[in-house]
Amino acid sequence: MWDYLKLVIFALITVLAAIAASYARDVAYQVHAILVVLIAAGLFVYTLRGVGNEKVVETGYMDGPVRVGVALTAFWGVVGFLVGTFIAFQLAFPDLNFAWAEGYLNFGRLRPLHTSAVIFAFGGTALITSSFYVVQRTSGARLWGGNLAWFVFWGYQIVILLAATGYLLGATQSKEYAEPEWYTDLWLTIVWVAYLLVFMGTLMKRKEPHIYVANWFFLSFIVTVAMLHVVNNLSIPVSLFGSKSVQVFAGVQDAMTQWWYGHNAVGFFLTAGFLGMMYYFVPKQAERPVFSYKLSIIHFWALIFLYIWAGPHHLHYTALPDWASTLGMVFSIVLWMPSWGGMINGLMTLSGAWDKLRTDPVIRMMVVSIGFYGMSTFEGPMMSIRAVNSLSHYTDWTIGHVHSGALGWNGMITFGMLYFLVPKLWNRAGLYSLKLVSWHFWLATIGIVLYAASMWVTGIMEGLMWREVDAQGFLVNSFADTVAAKFPMYVVRGLGGVLFLTGAVIMCYNLWMTVKRAPAAEAAGDAAAAPAE
Amino acid sequence: MMDTYGIMRAFADSWFLIAMFAFFVGAALFAFRPGSNKIHKDIANIPFRHEDKPAGDRD
Repeated sequence: MWDYLKLVIFALITVLAAIAASYARDVAYQVHAILVVLIAAGLFVYTLRGVGNEKVVETGYMDGPVRVGVALTAFWGVVGFLVGTFIAFQLAFPDLNFAWAEGYLNFGRLRPLHTSAVIFAFGGTALITSSFYVVQRTSGARLWGGNLAWFVFWGYQIVILLAATGYLLGATQSKEYAEPEWYTDLWLTIVWVAYLLVFMGTLMKRKEPHIYVANWFFLSFIVTVAMLHVVNNLSIPVSLFGSKSVQVFAGVQDAMTQWWYGHNAVGFFLTAGFLGMMYYFVPKQAERPVFSYKLSIIHFWALIFLYIWAGPHHLHYTALPDWASTLGMVFSIVLWMPSWGGMINGLMTLSGAWDKLRTDPVIRMMVVSIGFYGMSTFEGPMMSIRAVNSLSHYTDWTIGHVHSGALGWNGMITFGMLYFLVPKLWNRAGLYSLKLVSWHFWLATIGIVLYAASMWVTGIMEGLMWREVDAQGFLVNSFADTVAAKFPMYVVRGLGGVLFLTGAVIMCYNLWMTVKRAPAAEAAGDAAAAPAE
Repeated sequence: MMDTYGIMRAFADSWFLIAMFAFFVGAALFAFRPGSNKIHKDIANIPFRHEDKPAGDRD
């Protein structure tokens, strides 16, 4: 019965999307409608061929989406880093904005492609994958909702596909980190609600009496992102057959809503969600429980209660009232405490096992990741102070700060997660090569150092150049002077990106060979015992 | 319209602020309740159980 219903739904979507494609008012919308036709028609055929097949009731953990997710996380990582490295060189050498690709592959079009590819494709896929893995293990229960987990997984990939192609073709509502247009936003809302259902459903049928702290972080990430996404994307489409939409909020209200969203995307997507990973994978890799469970509880509640107020620090010296930006600044500074509490909790989990740092490059990666979490959550509050912000805002210092968090914290903990998961999911005794992990570790670390250091230098330099006035009170430097002065640092930054990208490619090779060549783990008979290393 | 804003703003600045702060302090203090050490030790070890299959599967 359900199969027939699915066939009807897919057929309807195919026909409606085909109609939409023929009425389309702009290229992006047309391309998207055609993509939807292809996907829905493909699913129609796939479902049709499976009608009448005996349904097997599956038991055990549902690791299918996790396996695909691991592969796609690595893939999106390489894509995102590649685009990032390319646009870094576009800034250093503007000739790379090729005339023949103007309007498609110039910096303005590729920049949102890079940010979305790393945050939402790489980071988002990593979060969905790891949350599906962690919630099952810590609940002792299979994912709730059967194939709904597959819907969440592939539905999210469709969001990525629509977003990425939309940017290149110019469909954007020009809200930073929320660029996709109205229909992509609606689709993401549906997928996200399904995600919440799968996650909550699994928690509800858990066999453990308590909910492990990692799940609290994952749950707060899912719930808060849903709220942020819906409020920030309140817009009215100009036409049902076009990609353009108009925001409901205007002026400073729109700006405040955007940065309330934008900063909490950092706080709940890139921090809370990845802390969920930290609280599971670091104890697993170190083979000892988290340093202090009480501290993790306080870490959670403090983070939840503070982060949501920090957004206005993006709008110092704007039309936003002073009290609001002061509020954002104060809460950002208070955030330093739970962030460092969490960092200490993660690092101290290794107490008594520090020797593993010498032998296990995966745990080294995780430790460096937590270190970068601490560093960027120290730098951020400092930059939110109004006086510091007057120097740092609009300069490359901000970009350096974001990347020490994103490459260092999010990137490294995700690499650690991938190195942990692949042998487990494909039942291997261990990774193909620890030496290659070491290579990845050093390439990535040196790459981040080059990136962050060059951006500090160029950011503070351009901030000082912009505000330099002579004895008569005239500005000393023109904008073009600062651009010329930044050239060497831009090249260094690009090289840092090359190193980071090379490390990620080495990781892909290593993971691939782990699946293909590494010896199989012993039969899963002694599963109840602690994992053998 | 302005009055609605005024009422909600006054409420947000006073009672709701107190309520949120009280919840936060309560949640933090609750973590330190007597007898919590044993429970937290048990929860902290959850990741080391049910690694390969759900609880109750052919045990």
